[in-house]
Amino acid sequence: MPDRPLFLERASFRRRRLGDAARVLPVLAAALIVIPVWWVPEQASFAGGAVWLFGIWAALIAAIGVLHRALRRADAATLRASRDIAGDDDHAL
Amino acid sequence: MPFEALVAGCLLYVALMFGVAFAADRAASRGRAGWLDHPAVYTLSLSVYCSAWTFYGAVGYASRSGLEFATIYLGPTVVFTGAWWGLRRLVRVARRHHVTSIADLISARYGKSNRLAAFVTLIAVIAATPYVALQLQSVSLSFEVFATDSLADIPMAGGGGTALWVAGGLALFTILFGTRNLAADERHHGVVTAIALEAIVKLLAFLALGVFVVWGLADGPADMLSRIEAAATGHGGWLLKPDRWTALLVVSGAAVIALPRMFQVLVVEAADEDRLAVAGWAFPAYLFAMSLFVLPIAVMGQQLLPPDANPDLYVLTLPAASGQNWLAFLVFLGGFSAATSMVVVCTIALATMISNHWLVPLWLMLRRKPQSGDPEDLRGFVLNARRLAIGAVMAVGWVYYQATGGTAALAAMGLVAFTGMAQVLPAMIGGLVWRGANRHGAFAGVGVGFALWLAMIFLPSVGIGAPPSVPSGVDPLALAIFLSLALNTLAFIGLSIFGMPDPVERLQGLSFVSAVDPIRHSRMARGADQAEPLLVMARRVWGAEDALRFFQSEAAFQGRSGYLPDLTPRFLTRLERRLAGSVGAATAHAMIDSVAGGAELTVSDLMQVADEAQRAKEETQRLETARAELARTARQLREANDKLTALSVQKDAFLGQISHELRTPMTSVRAFSEILRTPDLSDADRDRFAKIIYDEAGRLTRLLDDLLDLSVLESGQAQLSVTPANLHDLIERALSAASATRPERVFRVDREPLAEYVGVITDPDRLLQVLINVISNARKYCDAEPPVLSIRVRRSLRGGVQIDIVDNGSGIEAARQSLIFEKFARLNDPARAGGAGLGLAICREIMANLGGDITYLPGQGGAAFRIALPRRPPVPANAGLRRA
Repeated sequence: MPDRPLFLERASFRRRRLGDAARVLPVLAAALIVIPVWWVPEQASFAGGAVWLFGIWAALIAAIGVLHRALRRADAATLRASRDIAGDDDHAL
Repeated sequence: MPFEALVAGCLLYVALMFGVAFAADRAASRGRAGWLDHPAVYTLSLSVYCSAWTFYGAVGYASRSGLEFATIYLGPTVVFTGAWWGLRRLVRVARRHHVTSIADLISARYGKSNRLAAFVTLIAVIAATPYVALQLQSVSLSFEVFATDSLADIPMAGGGGTALWVAGGLALFTILFGTRNLAADERHHGVVTAIALEAIVKLLAFLALGVFVVWGLADGPADMLSRIEAAATGHGGWLLKPDRWTALLVVSGAAVIALPRMFQVLVVEAADEDRLAVAGWAFPAYLFAMSLFVLPIAVMGQQLLPPDANPDLYVLTLPAASGQNWLAFLVFLGGFSAATSMVVVCTIALATMISNHWLVPLWLMLRRKPQSGDPEDLRGFVLNARRLAIGAVMAVGWVYYQATGGTAALAAMGLVAFTGMAQVLPAMIGGLVWRGANRHGAFAGVGVGFALWLAMIFLPSVGIGAPPSVPSGVDPLALAIFLSLALNTLAFIGLSIFGMPDPVERLQGLSFVSAVDPIRHSRMARGADQAEPLLVMARRVWGAEDALRFFQSEAAFQGRSGYLPDLTPRFLTRLERRLAGSVGAATAHAMIDSVAGGAELTVSDLMQVADEAQRAKEETQRLETARAELARTARQLREANDKLTALSVQKDAFLGQISHELRTPMTSVRAFSEILRTPDLSDADRDRFAKIIYDEAGRLTRLLDDLLDLSVLESGQAQLSVTPANLHDLIERALSAASATRPERVFRVDREPLAEYVGVITDPDRLLQVLINVISNARKYCDAEPPVLSIRVRRSLRGGVQIDIVDNGSGIEAARQSLIFEKFARLNDPARAGGAGLGLAICREIMANLGGDITYLPGQGGAAFRIALPRRPPVPANAGLRRA
């Protein structure tokens, strides 16, 4: 089994950072939803709170959509790259 | 709208659902499941999360507690933001193990323990049955809205008739499309497609009502916001409580994974994990759309409807009171869809759990030896068990609804079910991320959580026992949720740390946490003669056709013909997993063990598995090395063969050359001696011809001398007389000797006399021979005008001497440089050169004998040779003897 490489190609590096973003997003989402209610429950409870909440919500949906799209593209690119490398190996043999 | 029309429309809608489910099932069975597997269908099927409790109840919830209702949708949204790494992994692992329910997942992870699965099933049944009752209540209530004229006197519990009819119809639908066959993967295309369609109806109904309320009843969004603000200020209940807010978010986030119906659509019905890339944003968007208008509807209901109207029915009564009969009917269908889809999926999930973890193990225990005469018995039994379970769940739900009389207690049942199933989550998540998690921990965690949930949430909600007293300012529900989940997690981690998992569990733990294929120990591995009992068993579960197909494909994979594969670990693992897809991991494991006579897995087996993996890896590496070695040897052999071929060609050419070189003088000798025999020859001619013969014989002798010399040198038997000599003298002698060659050419010789005064220990005669040869060659071939010969002597690093002899001619072209030291290699016209072409070959051999070498130096502006001498020539082994 080959050792893990210390440094990655640009595409793989991008892919890893997108993966990190996907891990951070839930934490961010939870924080944005929970913190205002603990901090300023009065303002967060009524019309203003509703606007805030639904705004965050829509932004989250868009963020997930964009992120998943990017992740899928990155995955496809990584897959292609690894296939190319495998193909080269075959020639080398 | 007349009640009869409503009933007729409702029946039509139900018929449509039956038709859609039927068509989808047929398409799937014919292999045309393409669009059924579309991520959109998957996403819509997830909307079974929005049951009637959320469809009707969310508005009631919002009118009582304001924005708090949104937690029920926000929790899942937060969970789905982690869809890419969290849910995808869950689905991948579950698909790999052919998991049939959440109880099955937990049982499979913790060593295929059926007791654990049965326990989780118990929690699911206790939590979900009242939830089913809540759906029945909502449907019958919504009927009542249309059946009665006055909104105020809608009874909480409608005539039991409606609920009974609905329960019966749903049971029929579920049995028809949920238990058609016992597939190896628990997917129900018909049901999923029908609920996807219902999801659209649900969403359209709610959005239509929302648009009507915001733009029809109110004056657009701005007006709506001010109305919300006004309604809120007069309502103390709308102030959000942070602890409750957080607890509900946690619980609803847990529920979207752990509720039996959600696990069914999210994990079990998923073809693969890739569809979560779409569902990851699309499902939160669906939830967003479903909750966008909840607050406006609640506020308008409060303002427009009489104060004693039931807020849970605002969605129906608001359009009905405004005279929007068609909108009311659409909303009714939406609510009906919400209730029915939830009930159908929930009962399928519960029935799978009940049959796989309660009834089948019980049946197998009671009948240890199945009759071989009835091959279909198990399959039939499992399907009947499921049908029975579906009927039972529905019946209990209905009884529950009747018994509680549709009190407000039922409305709380949604949250009760959420909190109940959330108790399973620590064990599930822990099992997926922590290899150290074990069965004892899982039992303890789920047990503690279950007990606390029962005491603090469930029993008080049905009016048994009082809710625990809590410090003021703390929300009792939030406290119960945090307390139960915290102690649950603590017990789970604690016992996992102190307990020792058994080997099966450790294997499964590895497979779940690392998301790799499960490995089965090879102890049972043996020949194909043992496969028949397994085939009989598989036939009992899947039916003859499916079982034969599976066995045949496995045998074909092993390269065997017929239906009986070898019992390899791979085959056993695959068979067990496929069986697990029908009857659950624990039962499948027990069945295979009982038929194949599997012994208990021990720790040493586990080590053996690890060893086997290690050995396989080493073997691969060894093969890899051997292959490289072989390739290297082959390359060497090929090179040796090429060399031999070249040598053979060279030898032939050499023989040809020798014959040719010997024949030319021989021919003239013969010809002229023939002439000499003629009597009438003048003396002058006779002398001339005799001289020719003499010269030719001399040339022949020289050639033979050269050949002899060469062969002696090549064989390494040349006699060397090694003495010290001055290189300057040698070069001087060589130059004067070589000047006999083409004496007409006058060379300017460029030397460095001081550097030439170097003493060398070598055979001076041989070295002189080389020098003469090289210098004569330069005189012969240098075509420059005026010709210059430069000789440079340099001490080399290791104490030897280098003599570079360079002329200023056109040199030797690169392609032929490698040839010049070969025998008979004459570059130019032989007549002009006048030699046999052995000179440089002899030089090379001489230098080799002297321990040095002679090389051609390219790029010196003419032909350039470097003669390298060592400090002293190598002493042959027999040199001492010979001298003595």
